[in-house]
Amino acid sequence: MSADAMRAQTTTIAGRNGDEIEAYLAEPVDRGTVPGVVVIHHMPGYDRATKEICRTFAVYGYTALCPNLFHRFAPGGKSTDAAAAARAAGGVSDDQMLGDVQGAIDHLRAMPDANGKVGVIGYCSGGRQTYIVACTLDVDAAVDCYGGRVVVDSPEQLTPQHPVAPIDLTPKLHCPLLGLFGGRDRNPSPEHVAKMETELSDHGKTFEFHTYPDAGHGFFSVDFPMYDQDAARDGWKQIWTFFGSHLAV
Amino acid sequence: MCTYVTNTAEVSGSGYAHGEWIDVRTVVVSYDHPQHAPLEHALCIDFRTGGDPASHVAVELDAASARRLAAAIVATLDSDEAKTLG
Repeated sequence: MSADAMRAQTTTIAGRNGDEIEAYLAEPVDRGTVPGVVVIHHMPGYDRATKEICRTFAVYGYTALCPNLFHRFAPGGKSTDAAAAARAAGGVSDDQMLGDVQGAIDHLRAMPDANGKVGVIGYCSGGRQTYIVACTLDVDAAVDCYGGRVVVDSPEQLTPQHPVAPIDLTPKLHCPLLGLFGGRDRNPSPEHVAKMETELSDHGKTFEFHTYPDAGHGFFSVDFPMYDQDAARDGWKQIWTFFGSHLAV
Repeated sequence: MCTYVTNTAEVSGSGYAHGEWIDVRTVVVSYDHPQHAPLEHALCIDFRTGGDPASHVAVELDAASARRLAAAIVATLDSDEAKTLG
């Protein structure tokens, strides 16, 4: 078996309330016990590029599992239809997201080759969700990639689906946090990132932030013009160092 | 940034999708990350029937294109002929 062998496929997991939801699983083959990573997709949904991210984690020795947070909007249908229906419905609630991510965590920890450690990483809206997960669920490390609205600027940004400002959950953060941001992003802007740093420092949390001055939002998105080669290359390097440090046993 | 800017309107008409006509009952208009257009943000228009999540017609335009579309719609509806018939 080749050292980079993997299995990658669509599967189902038990999400919130035990609901069966679609998820994409990429796992290394015959590499002993390995850590798990929950990948939270960006706002455009559970798409080809997100699945490629999962496979990249498997190449580097992590079992990656991406729950389709929009699954209930189009069960058995195309991810693009599910994402459109999710937008029409005002998005996924934080409660539902937490239930589905907990299901993914449980699934990873129950896998035969699991080393017991599970990290979470999210992109775009998934970065915001990652911050909430890291402050709420039992994970060993978290990576927030340019999640906006962690800092809430006005009450109008709080909705029935998103009732709490994630930054207000900071005292409950219980795992190391890596943040990767673009200096040209407007949400999170450098000012938002500075507020997050202050809040995390004030509560004595373990975190590490990197801001790439010339990058904007979505610099890992290979299919979109925001892709920034320098930021993405260094960002991946930071992810391997961070997860390598916190998810190994 | 994710804008989360979305507006919805009840409409009445038809759309053509996947080789057949569908009823259009709702239109969801947002300015946020597109699914397909190679843009950071797009004016996304999604004509929906309701019920079946696959029954919709989606368009993603850059902001300038969307403004030209909006102007063209208004100009068409404001023409003397259309006003008379509408």
